[in-house]
Amino acid sequence: MEELKFVGHPAVRIDGKEKVTGAAVYTDDLEFGPDLLYAEIVEGPHAHAMIRAIDASEAMKVPGVICVVTGKDFPYNFGLYMKDRFIFAQDRVRFFGEQIAAVVARTPQAAKKAARLVQVNYSPLPKVVSPLEALREGADLIHPDLKHYEHVPWFFPKPDTNIAHHRKVRKGNVEQGFAEADYILEDTYEVPRYAHCAIEYHAAVAKYDHSGRLTVWASSQSPHTQRNLFAIALAPLGIRHNDVRVIAPHVGGGFGSKAGVTMEIIAAAIATKVKGHPVKVLWNREREFYNTYQRLGVVAKLKIGVKSDGRITALHHSLFWDAGAYVEYGANVVNAVGLSAIGPYRVDNASIDSYCIYTNLPPGGPYRGFGYSEFLFGLESHMERMAKHLGIDPVEMRRRNAIRAGDITAYGAKMNPNGLHQAIDAVAKEIKWHETPSPSGPDMAIGKGFSLFWKAPAMPPNTSSSCFLKFNEDASINLLVSGMDLGQGFLTVMAQIAAEILSVPISKIRTENPDTDRNPYEWQTVASHVTWGCGNAVKRAALDAREQIFSLAARTHDVPKDLLYLEDEVVKCKRRPGFALPLKDFVIHGIQMEDGTFKGGPIMGRGVFMPEYASTKADPETSQGGHPNVHYTVGAAAAIIEIDKQTGRVQVKKVVEAVDCGKAINPSLVKGQITGGILQGISTVLYEEMKFDHRGKMLNPNFTDYKIPTALDIPDEVIPLIIEVPEPDGPYGARGMGEHTMLPVAPMIANAIEDALGIRMKSMPITAEKICLAMTGLKKQQEK
Amino acid sequence: MKKISFTLNGELRQVDVAPNEILLEVLRYKIGVKSPKCGCDTGDCGACTVILNGKAVRSCLIFAIEINGQEIVTLEGLSKDGLTPLQKALLDRNAFQCGYCAPGMILSATCLMSGNPHPSEEEIKESIAGNLCRCTGYQPVIDAISEVTKKH
Repeated sequence: MEELKFVGHPAVRIDGKEKVTGAAVYTDDLEFGPDLLYAEIVEGPHAHAMIRAIDASEAMKVPGVICVVTGKDFPYNFGLYMKDRFIFAQDRVRFFGEQIAAVVARTPQAAKKAARLVQVNYSPLPKVVSPLEALREGADLIHPDLKHYEHVPWFFPKPDTNIAHHRKVRKGNVEQGFAEADYILEDTYEVPRYAHCAIEYHAAVAKYDHSGRLTVWASSQSPHTQRNLFAIALAPLGIRHNDVRVIAPHVGGGFGSKAGVTMEIIAAAIATKVKGHPVKVLWNREREFYNTYQRLGVVAKLKIGVKSDGRITALHHSLFWDAGAYVEYGANVVNAVGLSAIGPYRVDNASIDSYCIYTNLPPGGPYRGFGYSEFLFGLESHMERMAKHLGIDPVEMRRRNAIRAGDITAYGAKMNPNGLHQAIDAVAKEIKWHETPSPSGPDMAIGKGFSLFWKAPAMPPNTSSSCFLKFNEDASINLLVSGMDLGQGFLTVMAQIAAEILSVPISKIRTENPDTDRNPYEWQTVASHVTWGCGNAVKRAALDAREQIFSLAARTHDVPKDLLYLEDEVVKCKRRPGFALPLKDFVIHGIQMEDGTFKGGPIMGRGVFMPEYASTKADPETSQGGHPNVHYTVGAAAAIIEIDKQTGRVQVKKVVEAVDCGKAINPSLVKGQITGGILQGISTVLYEEMKFDHRGKMLNPNFTDYKIPTALDIPDEVIPLIIEVPEPDGPYGARGMGEHTMLPVAPMIANAIEDALGIRMKSMPITAEKICLAMTGLKKQQEK
Repeated sequence: MKKISFTLNGELRQVDVAPNEILLEVLRYKIGVKSPKCGCDTGDCGACTVILNGKAVRSCLIFAIEINGQEIVTLEGLSKDGLTPLQKALLDRNAFQCGYCAPGMILSATCLMSGNPHPSEEEIKESIAGNLCRCTGYQPVIDAISEVTKKH
């Protein structure tokens, strides 16, 4: 194989200098001039109620107020996978804090003051705040109109219930599989809701000008999807896709929260009522917690049967998801897990029921990991427990069952090439799995835990990415893509791929976050798919440009095209050592012939990628027959932790994580994802906990009461390991790995806690308080 | 409204402020200095950190009127003459991801280094413990600070 000059190297981020100098511009840093208006939201103080009347007359009297808008102004529903959302609540409020109306004013102060004066008359309804309660016979319906909602063909809502979707998987003969088992373990695991906690708030500014042009500046993971959803929702106003323009500056963290459409549509809709003025909608920290998306909660009932040698004979997984008031995005989390809840194992007999259940809590939606963290908590706890029961080493137990390329997934497709076994071995070696670490003092307990992980991108089968590549006079390049750099380093990786094909250094490639008018289509920056999907589009655009370069050189210089190659920005020929055509001499102005004429013209590459083998067409009763997931990224992780037996406080001493990203296009960025993802995972298992009161109101929507880790809370040591088993259709073999890094953390820590204390925790989070209480309980039991 | 004057990144500035106006808002929306960010408005996240008379403080917790006659440095001021060794080390290590916490984090670390040129790892962690970051896991930032303080 030819040596790679740019791909595989730890290049410095192309947006790095902007970010370390304060030059990076985020949405709320943009200037809109003195005509900017501000909108403030009126929130509903009930988890479930009917809206009887809205009186804005007092609010309108506040000086500087321009208008008050309500649900009546926008009777349009919208949603990514199921149209169950509204721009403002219509006749019914479905979660505490939902937007009922907005006041638009000249100053933020006037808007805030007036919003408090909007009088809303409600008739409270019985509320449902847990998924199991919502399933009970006679439970109040949160969406009586469910049967009328448009949705993607792979969802199966149950009208006149609170079940928005049921993903059902049946493979092999589960009954027989359990009958053949030597040992069966059945248990329930609970994972609550979590918040993304990107440090930047959601922000959107929209302007609908007098020519009918709607421009939205938003902190966004999904500029094109937002354009699409705005255009569809606002079509009754005569707005078409080419009237809508979404401009996305830097994003101060996403983790799923800024995917799809949430508050941005409020800005877009309001703008249509204040033509000619830009209007800003800026969220605050509280709303970041309760009115964007939250990670879904789940109650997972798991039953696994194994032979005495540890081989799995059958698995049944029932997952009851607390999906919240609107599930237009969250239902696909439920779907994705339904398809994949066997975990990274070879399971011949499996049945999975994944239920998306409406509750009167904030909308559940995409969050780094897309449901996999949640089901892996139970599954990887279960594997550890079964191994211990059988007297098999937990790592060996996983080795015996770990999936290999060509094995059949739960829905009947073949598993892609992967390095799961290499990852298991690499992690076990690095963590010194067979050594027993000693605690640092008499009050300390030490333990180690292991976990595997896998995850596929969850996307519609026709998800696509595209790229335009434009040369400039000096052979520098503008690379136009519409993926978002959320911090993961996407833009740098795209530049590395183009640099590799065209021999142009990364410093001469400019690629920035998109403007949907100028940049070509990208579905969204979610699912850890852009390195793979958009990377393929960039590679194709660069190859297209290179083909144009070689064709022009061949026809103007009488050299065979297939002997040409690029090196250091110069076209060279394998057989003519003196032949050298610098790119800067012709990529814009062409090549001059002896007669004085010019051939060529600006070189522009175009690349498109869509996985044409993907399909969601399958039997709804079994999920067999389709190819819904393009591939899985797999890996393994282990940790050594120490617990203070007096306080229950856990200190993570060492974490090793190996991820098979196919090809690390930028190993420095891959390691950055591992280090960051591990801490986010540790935070969910040890620190973060949402509290709701009896009214369904979130009680701790701030960083004082909802703790995320500081620099003092990090593991003593993190060892990132990169495994590279190429993905056949990935650019240079690459597949995504950004979300995956936090997936194994919660079960790995739970397993280490059991190893240290002999206590099995089956619900998250596992706070110091819970550990202390469990130790007290254990002590009492031992005393009896 | 009251006119206040203060030094901002080496330049004397005058601005009219109401008694209840917050320094962060005045810097961002009245003066147009945008590197201090808002991430909570309650002093929890540190994204709004500025250097006030040599000390790292949270500009969301300070009334603008209080800074009359004082000296303020933001990341714009620090970057005036090119990258500092710390900024260079952070850049070379790809230490930041989304970059939203970077201005506050860099100012906190800069303050630490000016008073304590060779801090221990614990002192480094302590100095940025008031700056929340959701992306990086902090280790790359700590490593960059550590590298610079060992070298210089």
